[in-house]
Amino acid sequence: MSWPRHLVDAAGWSGAIEALAAGRRTLAGLWGEPGLVHMATHADGEGAILSTPCPNGAYRSVSAWHAPAIRLERALFDLHGLRPDGALDKRPWLDHGRWTLRHPLGEALAATGPVPYPFLASEGENLHQIPVGPVHAGVIEPGHFRFTAAGETVVRLEERLGYVHRGLEGRLAGADLDRAAKLAGRASGDSTVAYAIAFARSAEDALGIEAPARAQWLRALMAELERLANHLGDIGAICNDAAFSLMHAHCGALREQVLRAAESAFGHRLMMDRVIPGGVAADITPEGARGIQALLRHIRDRLPRLVELYDDTASLQDRTVGTGRVSPELAARFGAGGFVGRASGRSFDARKAFPYAPYDVLNFGIRAREDGDVNARVWIRIEEVRESLGLVEQILDRLPSPPVHLGPPAGTGEGNALVESFRGDLFVWLRLAGGRVERAYLRDASWFQWPLLEAAIENNIVADFPLCNKSFNCSYAGVDL
Amino acid sequence: MSMPRFLVEGMLKGPLAERPPEPMSFAELGAEFETAVQRKLGRSLSIRQVDAGSCNACELEIHALGNAYYDLERFGLRFVASPRHAVVLLVTGPVTLNMREALERTYAATPGPKWVVAAGGCAIDGGLFADGYACAGGVADVIPVDIRIPGCPPTPIALLAGLLALLNGGKPLRGG
Repeated sequence: MSWPRHLVDAAGWSGAIEALAAGRRTLAGLWGEPGLVHMATHADGEGAILSTPCPNGAYRSVSAWHAPAIRLERALFDLHGLRPDGALDKRPWLDHGRWTLRHPLGEALAATGPVPYPFLASEGENLHQIPVGPVHAGVIEPGHFRFTAAGETVVRLEERLGYVHRGLEGRLAGADLDRAAKLAGRASGDSTVAYAIAFARSAEDALGIEAPARAQWLRALMAELERLANHLGDIGAICNDAAFSLMHAHCGALREQVLRAAESAFGHRLMMDRVIPGGVAADITPEGARGIQALLRHIRDRLPRLVELYDDTASLQDRTVGTGRVSPELAARFGAGGFVGRASGRSFDARKAFPYAPYDVLNFGIRAREDGDVNARVWIRIEEVRESLGLVEQILDRLPSPPVHLGPPAGTGEGNALVESFRGDLFVWLRLAGGRVERAYLRDASWFQWPLLEAAIENNIVADFPLCNKSFNCSYAGVDL
Repeated sequence: MSMPRFLVEGMLKGPLAERPPEPMSFAELGAEFETAVQRKLGRSLSIRQVDAGSCNACELEIHALGNAYYDLERFGLRFVASPRHAVVLLVTGPVTLNMREALERTYAATPGPKWVVAAGGCAIDGGLFADGYACAGGVADVIPVDIRIPGCPPTPIALLAGLLALLNGGKPLRGG
């Protein structure tokens, strides 16, 4: 069900900012349109969207009172040219001065070329800076990390992203539903199923239709396979970043088996373009369903021993326990979703807080811990693997009957969805007109996790950064779009 | 005492590594050279991967090349941390304008002889992101490309078949 959208004046906007700053509501998104800024917030399973006009191209800054909005406002300015009045950080975020124009989604201006980017200062004796990226040493996405260190100890980390900005929201505007669903599925490839579900549900919401029951269950099946593949791969990769390759090798083999089962069941290893507005592109194959059953048995056989290996290896625990700690206060303030939030006491999960089919009738638990370190994030993910195995089993046992797709009408309307990707909750809002996307906004879980990584690494040693970073595994493409 | 059990089991069980795919032909890969590459390369390839604007799906499948099933290091293929150590740049993504200079500088930092592999639909022609205010297009619009591996994303098998073609000069593998 759609979150209501209200047009508010300056006083209503300020009231909303106050509620965020006081911690009464959580920020879910901040985006623009020509002459208008929208903000989505939620509390206690109730969501709302506020829109305020921008006379003279400006609106009252949210970030001046609520830090989690800083990068959202900077991105909004780069894309639309709408100024947040009172904002402290006015540096560009996505626009590196290299695009062919400025403010591509607003009143576009001619490009002015690259300008120097001042990093935040650190003061003290014997500090040195380490610039890393955008091209990194491993097979990972591009971004720049600026470390200031005193000896081995990190005093400050500042992230600079935007390198993989492809102009996705600009591409979505004007696209028909088929093309738009493909684009949304490429916001962040590791969460392609979650994005496709969020986009499809938003479009269905806008059109006032529902996907057939079987399609909704198959979507959840794909979403849980995606969660399993990512968690299994990352648990191994985190251990690998602590130089424990045995876990990596075994977890990597399990991840590969999940992807092969997905290919056999749905015809694509990452299940790209399988979730579409109106349902799913194809039903699960009979051999695919049997393959997933076999996969469940295999993972249930292997997982306890891998967990024991993780828990038993003191040299590994020595690296993960106490490293990269995020305080519960910070996780709550930023509304950090997924395992980053749950490892630091914030037990929010979109599947529970805003239950969507079929999660409203499935049994699963959400666990949270307070310790907030690399070890806690690993344990949360181990527990989520166990829960996902249970969810997959329940879904296969209770799959409703066909059809799996109903063609969406070429309608007009607004819709939104909050979906739990493996990383945490992601938010989509869109407006359709005559079967085409007029404006769509995608907010990745990473927007509210990346800033916490900067806090997590403080007072840790530089050499522990890969470990901390992998334990967050934030998306670059998902925030750069 | 779980680690010794894993190690003993590892010795007793056979490897998970599978029979490699036949290398793709140069025609399939849109190769822009005809000479036998392997005479210059010998029996190994050092690969520097560059994400120039990918959605990260290509990176996931490139990562998978290292798992026990594909085990790319048994073919002499390995990923290196610096372009200085590389002979192959494996580039993904439509090249974003924000990454264009980084890609050009990575190419310039790679000593010759060097080859560029464009992996995935976006890297080949920009895919869904061709033209527009933020992208330069495919990799070939920025640096010279030698072979193209299609797919969205390319499967590990396709990536392996493409890279083995570079190693084997388009000839079938011996022994399998």
